[in-house]
Amino acid sequence: MENSTILEVKDLNVKIGNEEILKDISFELKKGEILAVIGPNGAGKTTLLKTLLGEYEYSGSIEFKEGIKIGYVPQRFGYIKDIPMKVKEFFELKNVSLQDAAKILKELDLSEQILEKSIKDLSSGQFQRVLIAWVLSSNPDLILFDEPMEGIDLKAQKSVYKCLYDLKKKNTSIILITHDLDVVYKFVDKCLCVNKVKVCYGKPSSLNKETLQKLYGGEVKLYKHTHEF
Amino acid sequence: MSLLILNIILGFLVGAVAGYLGTILLSRKTTVTSGPLGHLALPGAALALVYGINMAIGAFPSLLISAFLIWLIQKRTGLSEEVITAIVFVIGVGIALLFLPIDKAEAAFVGDIVNINELDSLVFILITLIVLIVLFLLYKKLVLFSISEELARVEGINTRNLFLIYLLSLATIIAIGVNIVGGLLTVAIIALPSATARSISKNLKQYSSLGFLFGGLYSIFGILLSIYTNLPVGPSIIVVASLGFFASIAFAKSK
Repeated sequence: MENSTILEVKDLNVKIGNEEILKDISFELKKGEILAVIGPNGAGKTTLLKTLLGEYEYSGSIEFKEGIKIGYVPQRFGYIKDIPMKVKEFFELKNVSLQDAAKILKELDLSEQILEKSIKDLSSGQFQRVLIAWVLSSNPDLILFDEPMEGIDLKAQKSVYKCLYDLKKKNTSIILITHDLDVVYKFVDKCLCVNKVKVCYGKPSSLNKETLQKLYGGEVKLYKHTHEF
Repeated sequence: MSLLILNIILGFLVGAVAGYLGTILLSRKTTVTSGPLGHLALPGAALALVYGINMAIGAFPSLLISAFLIWLIQKRTGLSEEVITAIVFVIGVGIALLFLPIDKAEAAFVGDIVNINELDSLVFILITLIVLIVLFLLYKKLVLFSISEELARVEGINTRNLFLIYLLSLATIIAIGVNIVGGLLTVAIIALPSATARSISKNLKQYSSLGFLFGGLYSIFGILLSIYTNLPVGPSIIVVASLGFFASIAFAKSK
């Protein structure tokens, strides 16, 4: 493994029960790189992240650089809204100081006052940003995002984009599941297209209409965005 | 008289720790919920009654073996939680009645706190206090785990060990709780205090401390009700707890 490589995945196969979810997936990630994982629903994208986190058994190899700290922003949360809890208590679960929490929340355009709010009273856009701030407060070297833009309003999306951009500037590595090809062209260094098997892997500029049709099936309209963020 | 006071203290503590435990129910994700676990305590509790030892001593191993079996059944068959719960319920009650004729089984089903002897009571108080300290120290980690197992793991928590500690605590409290409310009703001392606390709490601190407090109070008032009315202790605690729970819903609505 090269020194700048922080994650190397080779010939990854994941079976859950008798069903083959992922087959022959290989990719690598260098420090400060953003890798987008795209593919249709049920293609195994979330399974890929959870396998990296050690949830499922697999064959093949997953090798992280030694001592690396991982963060994870899940797509769905089962029970957090069932428990009466203030935002600041959520941060206190892992002993983050309130000053640090407020500082990170500010970077995501949330005011300090949100710390006193109940988790269940947050909008989905606010909750998503609180969650991202919570994950960032451990200073991870690599963050796995599972569709962070899903179900949140435009203003919140803009804050999350900005956060991704800032993270990239700070040399944090990111693996990002997304359906938003716009994001892929704007931010991403590498792209992994998955539909149970690896459909394509490379620079986003190498994504073409044929590959996307193969990935999603059917007609796909492709817009290339050239403007800078 | 001093034995009665000792047993009331035990009742308060077990109720309080069960209520506290109810605020961190991890087992929503697994089939090993407190409901079926209580029923699984029944065969062991019945055997203990046959041999004239305290029910908790039979209930504890019975719980652990059964929890393992549930886990295995679910892993092998993928049956839904409802189905396994139903199966477990009838197996637990059925086997208990094989060992013990139903007219002698009352203690195992609805509890019998007044007849715990002094030594057992003291040992149970001590064990319950140990469980309380363990849960208190691990509380934040357990809450994080109940929110999301992956997040907990990413934050460096050994979720397998944590789940094991949680399960052992739950089994211990339920085994001792069989003396107080009986195997049929243990789910109530876990679920009702936390449900009451939840409807009136604004934050985690309130939620966990009220779960503890309501658990203890329900238990004490239930035991007193049982002593004065001569009704079985388990159902008496349930009556008090249900009243408290419905009052908390009304209170929460009125705000």
